[in-house]
Amino acid sequence: MALSGNLRDFTITQLLNLINLASKTGTLTVEGPSETAEVAFRDGKLAYAQIDQEDGRLASVLYKAKKISSGQYKSIQQGAAHISDKELGLLLINAGYLSQEDILTNLQQHFTGIIQRLFTWVEGFFHFENDLLPPDNRISVRLDLENLIIEGSRQMREWEQLQDEIPSLDMALKFTDRPGANLRNVNLSVEEWRVVSYINPRNTIRQVASATKMNDLEIRRIVYGLLQAGLIEITRLEGASTSTPMVRVFPTEDKEEQKSLVNRLIDRIRSL
Amino acid sequence: MQTVKMVVTGPFSAGKTEFIRSVSEIDVVSTERKVTSASERSIKEATTVAMDFGRITVDEDLVLYLFGTPGQRRFDFMWEILSEGMLGFVVMVDSTRPETFREARSILETFHAYAPTPYVVAANKQDIKDAWDIDDMRHVLRLDSKVKLKSCIATNRDSVKAILLELLYSILSEMENGEK
Repeated sequence: MALSGNLRDFTITQLLNLINLASKTGTLTVEGPSETAEVAFRDGKLAYAQIDQEDGRLASVLYKAKKISSGQYKSIQQGAAHISDKELGLLLINAGYLSQEDILTNLQQHFTGIIQRLFTWVEGFFHFENDLLPPDNRISVRLDLENLIIEGSRQMREWEQLQDEIPSLDMALKFTDRPGANLRNVNLSVEEWRVVSYINPRNTIRQVASATKMNDLEIRRIVYGLLQAGLIEITRLEGASTSTPMVRVFPTEDKEEQKSLVNRLIDRIRSL
Repeated sequence: MQTVKMVVTGPFSAGKTEFIRSVSEIDVVSTERKVTSASERSIKEATTVAMDFGRITVDEDLVLYLFGTPGQRRFDFMWEILSEGMLGFVVMVDSTRPETFREARSILETFHAYAPTPYVVAANKQDIKDAWDIDDMRHVLRLDSKVKLKSCIATNRDSVKAILLELLYSILSEMENGEK
């Protein structure tokens, strides 16, 4: 069955949690605004991660981690570009340059770094392909997801708190009615000033975000800060009316009568 | 005449109106209006702005009312009113629209806070190819294993009956446990 959706609705942390709890095996593809990541899992553990535009081969990972020199990296690229990561790993171990632990630790750090970058993606689409694993010539690891989930959860908590504070971006903003407040004396960042310039009860927060080219997380952060500073208030674009409920009571206080009533309901629903 | 009520809630376009329509003995009194938002219009043309209202006559002394809540968040001021005095509630979730799961969770928590009555989560549209697995939905909706999460097809009367019966069994069970 499909496991796909939008990062605006499902965070990376939630996806990792799901993969971890369900011990899934397969590849999660995340299409962000400017790049695509592929993260493979085996039995709910992180196995491999790759950002499509980046060189994720072992030589590049070791070079970026300063485990091999620039000269060694060039030599590998020139002389051993055709060999697989597994073969390169064995060569380096056999030549005494690195231990197996060095290689696995650096790959783990590289893959973890990619996941940490994914935590900052709040927009994009994801798709999980069951049982799809990285090519055999790549080295995979076996890394528990719990620590990554905890870290992601910290970011998610911020996101959720912001969502609680600002549940809808379809609301408008207005300046608080405080004669003493003078915006010119308030120390605002450039981003905050950009948002402030669009504050008007006729603009929704979503429209302000669009005008200032901010994503949901960024606009919520700034609006939350301005709310906390008491500079602005959330206001409705339109009023809403209420109506009277038609039914409001459980008809009896007697427990036996209540049970009898529920049993009558059960019999009636069964007979429909 | 005694009356009791249940509430059918859930995000926009989860299938609440269809659910009530499948079992109500009267034409559902539905206060639907044309959708004004372009993004929502791409999902369906009309939406419930106040509430749906269905009825099942149990016998000459007892009537069950089914109330469907408006799905859009901007009408949530109605929720507390509708939740007053309910026997229990059904949270409809569209299994094919994962973007609504977070909101479904939030609605569930809100209703449970209004009235801690039994509830059932109905994973609607399970007959559609893109529907998420029930187990995956349970993880994502963060539902405890004790919470009833049941497959549902809101347009199918038997499926809707099964959900209502599950809710009634939970209500009965809670009453019996309360006596111990």
